[in-house]
Order: sequence, then structure tokens, then C-alpha cells
Amino acid sequence: MTNKIVVDCSTGEVQEIALTAEEIAEREAMAEQYAQQKAAEEAQKAADAEAKSALLKKLGITESEARLLLS
Amino acid sequence: MATYTLISSVTVGAGGASTISFTSIPQTYTDLCLMFSARVDATIGDSYYNSYLLTNAFPLNGGASTRYLLGNGSSVSSASDGNNILLLGVTSSGATASTFGNTVAYFTNYASTTLNKSVSIDQVSENNATASAAMLSAGLYPANTAITSITIDPFSTGNFVQYSTAYLYGISNA
Repeated sequence: MTNKIVVDCSTGEVQEIALTAEEIAEREAMAEQYAQQKAAEEAQKAADAEAKSALLKKLGITESEARLLLS
Repeated sequence: MATYTLISSVTVGAGGASTISFTSIPQTYTDLCLMFSARVDATIGDSYYNSYLLTNAFPLNGGASTRYLLGNGSSVSSASDGNNILLLGVTSSGATASTFGNTVAYFTNYASTTLNKSVSIDQVSENNATASAAMLSAGLYPANTAITSITIDPFSTGNFVQYSTAYLYGISNA
């Protein structure tokens, strides 16, 4: 198991301390939360790309032509 | 002329480290400067890895905030984090082997008990490829609590690998 490193600046002592069960649980919860957030972002990105492609098709123009219109 | 005094330093050993903390920071300097070179053993899809700069008054998700400018080799963006001081200058396991990112974080008036605490951060991750990160950040710890401890915390389950190093300097204004 990985330890945390704590440097006491008043003494210069460096300690390697095992994580508590609470700290381990916190890190695992964070990983889970991030995985969910990342999946939601990816899904949104894919949906946006699909909507953009459908709109360009409906308008009958390419992406670079659309960029030109907005410049 | 400002004088830099090394307060403490640490090099991560073979077992790695989940976090690196400096505690009992002396309150006798004007400013603090934390310099570190680090890599983690995990990736969340990029060659750089999210990490946080925490203090005694602002633990994880404690209400500190960051505004940053990020260049990643192909685009530039700016963004913010409303809960933590975010760092992207740490290389992940997705970067070229044995490369370490570098960060300099400068804390002004850290010992004050009347001023909010701010930090400016200059950081680069290293990667022998197109994608890498260079980041300039402004961070705010909105409280007047003196900074007595600082922790570098890699996001999620990432751990600092062996040979990651951190140096804490005290800066005197005379």
C-alpha cells in the first residue's frame, strides 16, 4: 500500500504514514465520481458532434463554409 | 533583494507517495515558494495529471479557486476550478517514460492573519510527443488563516512515483 509523505518543517523529519481507511475510501470515491463525470462529458461531446453534423447536412454546407459564414 | 531560504525538501522513495505534505511551516518569512518535480503512476487520458494544492485552511474541495490558462500543444484554453487550486504540471503514466513535470507555486503573505491568501503558479508537464501541458494559474484561498501546512494531492488514485521531489523555500523581503 502507498503511504503519504509528511515533512515536519520544524524538525526536518520526513515520515511515511499509511493511509487511513477513510482516506482510501475518499480516493476511491473520487475516482468513481470522476469516471462518471468523464463518461457524461464524452456522451455530451458525441451528442453535440452528431447534432452539428445533422445541422450541416440540413443546411447543405460544409463545416468550413459554416465557419466562413460566422467569421 | 529577496532571499530564498530552503525550509525543507523531500524525494519520494521506491514505494511512491499518495500525497506530499509540508507541515509546521515557520511563520517567519514574507512569502513561500514551493518547487516540485513530479510524476504519477496513473492517467486519466492525458499526458498530464490533475493534482491539487491544498493548505491547512483549504482541504480537498474546501472552497479555494483557480483561474488558469492552458496550452497543450495544439490549442489554448482558459478555465477555472471553483473548489480547489488545480495543478496540471504533473506528468501522468501516459507521458514518455521517466519524464517529470515541473511546478513553481508562489504564496504571498502566507503568514498573514488579516489577508486572503493568493498563489501564482507556473507549471509544465513533460512529454516527448505533441501533447503536453504548459499552464499559468492564479489561485485564491479566500480566508485570512495563516498557511501552516501545504499538501500536493494527485487526483483520485494516482500516486507520486519514486524520484518525484519537492522543495519549500521561505522568501524574506530583506
